[in-house]
Amino acid sequence: MSSLISARMRGPWTLFKKELLRFWRVSFQTVAAPVMTALLYLLIFSHVLDKHVQVYDGVGYTAFLIPGLIMMSVLQNAFANSSSSLIQSKVMGSIIFVMLTPLSYLEFFLAFLAASIIRGLVVGLCIYLVAIIFIDLPIAHPGFILAFAFLGSALLGAFGIIAGIWADKFDQMAAFQNFIIMPLSFLSGVFYSIHSLPPVWQTVSHFNPFFYMIDGFRYGFFGQGDISPALSLLVVGISFLLLSWLALRMLKSGYKLRG
Amino acid sequence: MTMTPAIKIEQVTKDFGALKALKGIDLSIEQGEFFALLGPNGAGKSTLINLLAGLLRPSSGKLSVMGYDVVSQYAQARQLLGVVPQELVFDPFFNVREMLRFQAGYFGRGPENDAWVDEVIESLGLTDKAHVNMRRLSGGMKRRALIAQALAHKPPVIVLDEPTAGVDVELRQTMWAFIQRLNREGHTIILTTHYLEEAEVLCSRVAMMKSGQIVALDTTANLLKHIPGKQLRVTMAPGSVLPVVIAALVRHRDGDIYTFGLTDVTQVADVLAELRQAQLVFTDMQLLEADLEDVFVDMVGRA
Ligand SMILES: Nc1ncnc2c1ncn2[C@@H]1O[C@H](COP(=O)(O)OP(=O)(O)OP(=O)(O)O)[C@@H](O)[C@H]1O
Ligand SMILES: [Mg+2]
Repeated sequence: MSSLISARMRGPWTLFKKELLRFWRVSFQTVAAPVMTALLYLLIFSHVLDKHVQVYDGVGYTAFLIPGLIMMSVLQNAFANSSSSLIQSKVMGSIIFVMLTPLSYLEFFLAFLAASIIRGLVVGLCIYLVAIIFIDLPIAHPGFILAFAFLGSALLGAFGIIAGIWADKFDQMAAFQNFIIMPLSFLSGVFYSIHSLPPVWQTVSHFNPFFYMIDGFRYGFFGQGDISPALSLLVVGISFLLLSWLALRMLKSGYKLRG
Repeated sequence: MTMTPAIKIEQVTKDFGALKALKGIDLSIEQGEFFALLGPNGAGKSTLINLLAGLLRPSSGKLSVMGYDVVSQYAQARQLLGVVPQELVFDPFFNVREMLRFQAGYFGRGPENDAWVDEVIESLGLTDKAHVNMRRLSGGMKRRALIAQALAHKPPVIVLDEPTAGVDVELRQTMWAFIQRLNREGHTIILTTHYLEEAEVLCSRVAMMKSGQIVALDTTANLLKHIPGKQLRVTMAPGSVLPVVIAALVRHRDGDIYTFGLTDVTQVADVLAELRQAQLVFTDMQLLEADLEDVFVDMVGRA
């Protein structure tokens, strides 16, 4: 495989490979644990609510829940991958091994981004494979499923890079997780349709990018959603471009990395 | 025809807020040199190295590696440079051989480079530890791995920031033998160290820094000439007061032990005659060669 890589591409390819190995070596913690958490949510919420709630016609609550949980895990893990890798190597000081190399800021960005996408997709796929053992899940538009999973993990991977560059300490990173990522993902309609919310909160939800990712991803399975998937795709795509632009600007300027 | 210098530093300053860590450094190091950067703690040695490596950006001035500007042509400059950082950093996820292969890979080196990586591992005495996770290495072993990482892509210019701190005598010897071999093969070596005898033995040229400035820059041989060739160390009886004539020759005093700097061996007789005339008693006497440490203490003390 590596012999097919040109010398020009070998630098970023190596960094990507290292980032993949980094989470794969500890996959119990980086893949198995989030899969377990998602399945626990599934077990509890479906047990409590399946008989009482029906969000879409002909779709049981448990089925409704699964795509949302998958997407939430994809997003959280894509974020966790780039952000924790960066904060760890900054605190340990080992980030300099990359800073000393000729890798460009764009190559640096792409390598971290690609590893985050892979982590997000692997976690999502595992949850999906376990879930369909128990529950029938239709696939209405596989293209939307893939597009949202891919773009969503890319968006959060880029966000993780920004957070990882910005944070100097682990507790700052924990604040990012607890005060941004968690609220945004729990208030995004993973567990409910936003149409069941009071109008004010419906409006508020429209400012949450996680809402579009979850709704669009779910549309891929059921062919129904709260808003048009094309609109969601546009919002997610634009958000991704904005965050990537910001991350690249930070990297190019050497913000917090090159004093 | 003049060769491109391995390192060229022009009018470089670096401020950390109000602190002026570097106050206008000019330095050119030729290809193939074995060069030492000396100076007390906080002199600015690591700051200068970090500027070369692109880990820091200069407040003003220019630095280049083999003719490539470290800011505007950073990819070429870094490709040609291998840096051993002073801090003992490591990546806890991987073993030694993996780290070295990754490090070479970042520089575009592929499987064809594996033989070199193995040679570095062997030469630095890491063969037994090649499969050991970085986290499990002892401090000295981590230092070896850090040196190996800087060499993984076989850079023509190698900068070592205190590579022998915390390293046992055996490794110091094997490591310097290896670095000297690389130097003979044409690699330019720049090192900082607090073991002055290392610099004296290894380096052909020395820069001494203090408070962000270069206070001496010359060949090791010339610097040693600066200091009078011989020194006479005399242990006097307690409470002795030296005659003015010879008191002027004292370079260093440690209690009753006086070290005289001499330009000529015949001065030994003069000093002893003066002591006898003043009827002063001494209990011990040694004749010493000057070493780089004397130059260092002298230069750094004066500047
Ligand atoms: N990142 C930084 N931020 C603020 N000040 C710094 C920074 N790095 C170095 N300094 C200051 O710059 C000065 C030079 O430090 P430097 O590390 O270059 O010294 P040094 O010659 O390498 O010393 P040592 O022999 O202890 O390694 C010191 O006063 C140090 O406190
Ligand atoms: Mg230093």
